[in-house]
Amino acid sequence: MEKFDKLTGVAAPMPLVNIDTDMIIPKQFLKTIKRSGLGVHLFDEMRYLDDGSPNPDFVLNKPAYRDARILVAGDNFGCGSSREHAPWALLDFGIRCVISTSFADIFYNNCFKNGILPIVLPREDVDKLMDDARRGANAVITVDLERQEIHGPDGGTLHFDLDPFKKHCLLNGLDDISLTLEKAKAIDDFEQKATRARPWV
Amino acid sequence: MTDPKTLYDKIWDAHLVSEDDDGTALLYIDRHLVHEVTSPQAFEGLRMAGRKVRAPEKTIAVPDHNVPTTLDREKGIENEESRIQVEALDKNAREFGIHYYPVNDVRQGIVHIVGPEQGWTLPGMTVVCGDSHTATHGAFGALAHGIGTSEVEHVLATQTLIQKKSKNMKVEITGRLQPGVTAKDLTLAVIGATGTAGGTGHVIEYCGEAIRGLSMEGRMTVCNMAIEGGARAGLIAPDDTTFEYVRGRPHAPRGAQWEAALAWWKTLYTDEGAHFDKVVTLKGEDIAPVVTWGTSPEDVLPITASVPAPEDFEGGKVDAVRRALDYMGLTPGMKLTDIAVDTVFIGSCTNGRIEDLRAVAEIVRGRKIKEGMRAMIVPGSGLVRAQAEEEGLAAIFEEAGFEWRLAGCSMCLAMNPDQLAPGERCAATSNRNFEGRQGKGGRTHLVSPQMAAAAALTGRLTDVRDLL
Ligand code: SF4
Repeated sequence: MEKFDKLTGVAAPMPLVNIDTDMIIPKQFLKTIKRSGLGVHLFDEMRYLDDGSPNPDFVLNKPAYRDARILVAGDNFGCGSSREHAPWALLDFGIRCVISTSFADIFYNNCFKNGILPIVLPREDVDKLMDDARRGANAVITVDLERQEIHGPDGGTLHFDLDPFKKHCLLNGLDDISLTLEKAKAIDDFEQKATRARPWV
Repeated sequence: MTDPKTLYDKIWDAHLVSEDDDGTALLYIDRHLVHEVTSPQAFEGLRMAGRKVRAPEKTIAVPDHNVPTTLDREKGIENEESRIQVEALDKNAREFGIHYYPVNDVRQGIVHIVGPEQGWTLPGMTVVCGDSHTATHGAFGALAHGIGTSEVEHVLATQTLIQKKSKNMKVEITGRLQPGVTAKDLTLAVIGATGTAGGTGHVIEYCGEAIRGLSMEGRMTVCNMAIEGGARAGLIAPDDTTFEYVRGRPHAPRGAQWEAALAWWKTLYTDEGAHFDKVVTLKGEDIAPVVTWGTSPEDVLPITASVPAPEDFEGGKVDAVRRALDYMGLTPGMKLTDIAVDTVFIGSCTNGRIEDLRAVAEIVRGRKIKEGMRAMIVPGSGLVRAQAEEEGLAAIFEEAGFEWRLAGCSMCLAMNPDQLAPGERCAATSNRNFEGRQGKGGRTHLVSPQMAAAAALTGRLTDVRDLL
């Protein structure tokens, strides 16, 4: 998993509330064999017109936001099914941080498994960032995970809270597997003991 | 003296690698089963991180969800995405050196049927698979449950799983089952009694005389649907029935190892006085052949009953029932035995084993299915198919008018071409009757193999006891 320390990039505004995982990545794309490559289908139904051409009104199709790295989103982002394809699609597009007043639980956890930082802020802070994000290519903000700060385009600074363990994992690029591998010795020991006790396994 | 333990406690303790103060535990996994739908990203993850499969000798892969079950399947898979998923499994299995049963291997079949059949699943093991019906393997007294794709990768890389312990729940079925009543009716009756959230947060141990009286096939049917009852896993303590089933299987221990294994397996039971957080008891004699009428596995009634009305329920269920009846095209008060079916599907990891097929043959022997009926029998594995042919069951099926298919998941979830058309009504031996599960707009009634056979003969939901 890629480390997350400091991220500077364009923030795109998505004020819609209850953006669910079906909207993030519709079910017809679950037959894929990859985590990668889902970026072109991110927000598929909103992003493309019936004939398959990009919908010019959709935020991520606007020239200013095509390279957005951050989403500022409405309440309850990521609700719906547990599909890990949702964070995979965001990551593949290039989004590494989503800011909202609230997230659905499973989506929130799935983000951390994939190197994406979901930030929960009070409504007034999200509103402020949403206004900033509306300023197109000038909406460049910086997220500093170490200091738990967001620096807006006008130099203002916002603080955010985060579980220390999750922060540690993201900063060091540790996924569950890396963490478990830190316990390799314990697993080796267990395996030896178990093989002696139950050699038929 | 140590505290009395449940069977779940014993298996858990025997696999605990480490445990943190907050109860987060690292559990060692003895068997990892893999199929083509939930594994490609996990293997890709390994590749990207330059990792290997830690214990390829404990990892078994078989394609089942996407494979065609028609006799011409050597032609290959038509749907491109399905084909690619299966090809990816081929490639991953070979590249990472795990045990593999490809489509053209006679041992290929539904992953939860292949594991036990080959002796991969043994008592006291921890078994996982990226599939919720992994619960099936609990029939052997193995702790078995489904996991997500990130966890599949985690197990591939570390042979462990990060877990928190569930609560203990006991489901006791006393007495005996009546003639015509099967393990499927039993497990559906339990879900009907507890609801689909009844087991949430728990591991269920099934016990009691009626459970002891079941064959291994029947016990697998019971544990298979523990997940529909909301439980993390279902367990049945191993006994002589279990040991006899396991003995001599290709990957079961032999000689001195068999003796050592047997000695340990015999300690795998719940101690007298062990604590259960929840207990449910049903009388075996009270269980009738059942069918589902709605779109949740808890929508269960005896075949002798009538379609319920939304007002018979309370709270949020009232609206759910209204929606379900509308989807199912049923009117309250209608007798269940008056419901005409278009299609019969016999198979799946719930009821695709040899004993299920024998039971079907017994009902349809010398009879013909209703004219115009679409009826298919899909064996759970190539070996089940071969055995059914050897025993002459296949001939009985074909004579009666059934399509006799190759092994796979087939119409259980309709990821391959076997699908219901909108409005088509099916009596199915599978485990989920959700909206669209067997095809968009399809209507599913879950039943036992015997009841499915009876429905195929009469063209409507039928009390199999009338045909015995
Ligand atoms: S038979 Fe059905 S329930 Fe069983 S593994 Fe296949 S799709 Fe899942």
